[in-house]
Amino acid sequence: MADIELLPHNVPSHNELPELVEELTTLNLGPTHPATHGIFQNILKMDGEKIVSGEQTIGYIHRAFEKIAERRPFYQITTLTDRMNYCSSPINNLGWHMTVEKLLGVEVPKRAQYIRVLMMELARITDHIICNSILGVDTGAFTGFLYVMQKREEVYEIYEEVCGARLTTNMGRLGGMERDLSSTAIRKIKEFIKSFPPVLRELEKLLNRNRIFMDRTINVGPISAERALSYGFTGPNLRAAGVDYDVRVMNPYSSYEDFDFEVPIGKSGDTYDRYMVRNEEMWQSLKIVEQAINNLPEGPYYADAPEYYLPPKDEVYRNMEALIYHFKIVMGEIDAPAGEVYHAVEGGNGELGFYLISDGGRAPYRLHFRRPSFIYYQAYPEMCKGSSLSDAILTMSSLNVIAGELDA
Amino acid sequence: MLTNQEVAEGLLEKFGDQVFNFEEPYGLLTLSTTREEIIPVMEFLKDHKNYQVIFLTDITGIQYPDNAGQEFVVVYHMHSFVHNFRIRIKVAIPEADIHIPTATGLFASANWMERETYDFFGILFDGHPNLKRILNIEEMDYFPMRKEYPMEDATREDKIDALFGR
Repeated sequence: MADIELLPHNVPSHNELPELVEELTTLNLGPTHPATHGIFQNILKMDGEKIVSGEQTIGYIHRAFEKIAERRPFYQITTLTDRMNYCSSPINNLGWHMTVEKLLGVEVPKRAQYIRVLMMELARITDHIICNSILGVDTGAFTGFLYVMQKREEVYEIYEEVCGARLTTNMGRLGGMERDLSSTAIRKIKEFIKSFPPVLRELEKLLNRNRIFMDRTINVGPISAERALSYGFTGPNLRAAGVDYDVRVMNPYSSYEDFDFEVPIGKSGDTYDRYMVRNEEMWQSLKIVEQAINNLPEGPYYADAPEYYLPPKDEVYRNMEALIYHFKIVMGEIDAPAGEVYHAVEGGNGELGFYLISDGGRAPYRLHFRRPSFIYYQAYPEMCKGSSLSDAILTMSSLNVIAGELDA
Repeated sequence: MLTNQEVAEGLLEKFGDQVFNFEEPYGLLTLSTTREEIIPVMEFLKDHKNYQVIFLTDITGIQYPDNAGQEFVVVYHMHSFVHNFRIRIKVAIPEADIHIPTATGLFASANWMERETYDFFGILFDGHPNLKRILNIEEMDYFPMRKEYPMEDATREDKIDALFGR
């Protein structure tokens, strides 16, 4: 065996090694990934653990609401709106009713406006509960999520009392609410006002000054006020960047001017600020709920607009006019005046706008939803560029992108 | 507090007859302009120190198939937070030449809003960095929000428009 070559000649010496090629990894985050909290995809280019660039693919649950709305009577469009931001459907429902009422020129009585404010603020609380506690889950604190989920359940029970449904609420009617607040609903709301603060305080204790949570969220996914404005941010995400824009204050609707509340703002627009702004907003919402239930005005809970407001059922059986209106409304034979109206409400994620064009027919000629999630989600690659993958997850989670609202 | 009158006068002074059809439906100042002037108008509103309309709320499209030569309208909603002033600008464009300049140079948010408008109406935004479909699949060969694509199956005979809404 003497002819074995011990030193291979074909291996290049160290200097002749081919140059190391730096390759970027492509990572598909989503469309069905538990960390995205919804069906949308991010195609990330990664250099090791660092995100170099990203591109979003959305539209996985696009349901063509705008197209469907063009064939539907106004009251049937409400069911489309609550499938947009399903974490706070009452805001969508009531915002839509207000848009149509603006078009029709229907003045809603004070009591109905207060009930609406009540429901919208409860919805805001449920929306922010989800966002903040899920942020906790993503940083590794699962307990808080289960703990506050119980409170969301209580709010859903209030929804049940007010409209009969829990998630896709279809709440309210054109011209008011479909029923008055029952004594059970009032009791449940009062109980919630009492029992929620300790729970929220507990969540705050768990997260607000938690070293791990702060390390994970401070300076993660920041955005400056200028960029946020340029990207069309609204709602808590814009306020976290330091711009105190709130539709409830700037263009008050549904008697928001009667209530005393503060608009919390952040400074750096990072994940921690977004969390803190939402946290404080829950307190403010609770304050509004308290004021609304204590100062609930007496009076009717729907407008005197028989052409648009579905008559009470016993009236339908006894009264000819009521029967006629009932039939016309249910069959969608109500002609709306021609006109165009833009109405915005402060949704869970920001300015939820309804741009409605009516040509005088029974359905909108064109309806466009200004969906806050859709508009601010395009900033995501810029916000997570250069950060690690785990930070990018937190950024997305704190933006509270709701797939239903994203795709409509 | 900025009034509609002030802004309308300012725009008329600067752009003359390039801005027209002033209206105030439900108190919102609405005006039309041409596609040549839309970007200068938005830039003027954004940079003017008295207006500061720095926020682009929304871009969307509407189709009026019977308006020959002006089949499509692109609608811009803008908002000045400083003065709490909203404005709506419309640009009508013909179907035969369905182009309009992009606003992505002024607002980053215009990117997806324009993609959405393109996706549903086929309106081409010249100069857009990435004009492709956003909510629908890329293989789709039509623009679904156009009125020539009705919601209902056209072969159905049991649903008559005269009886069931539109």
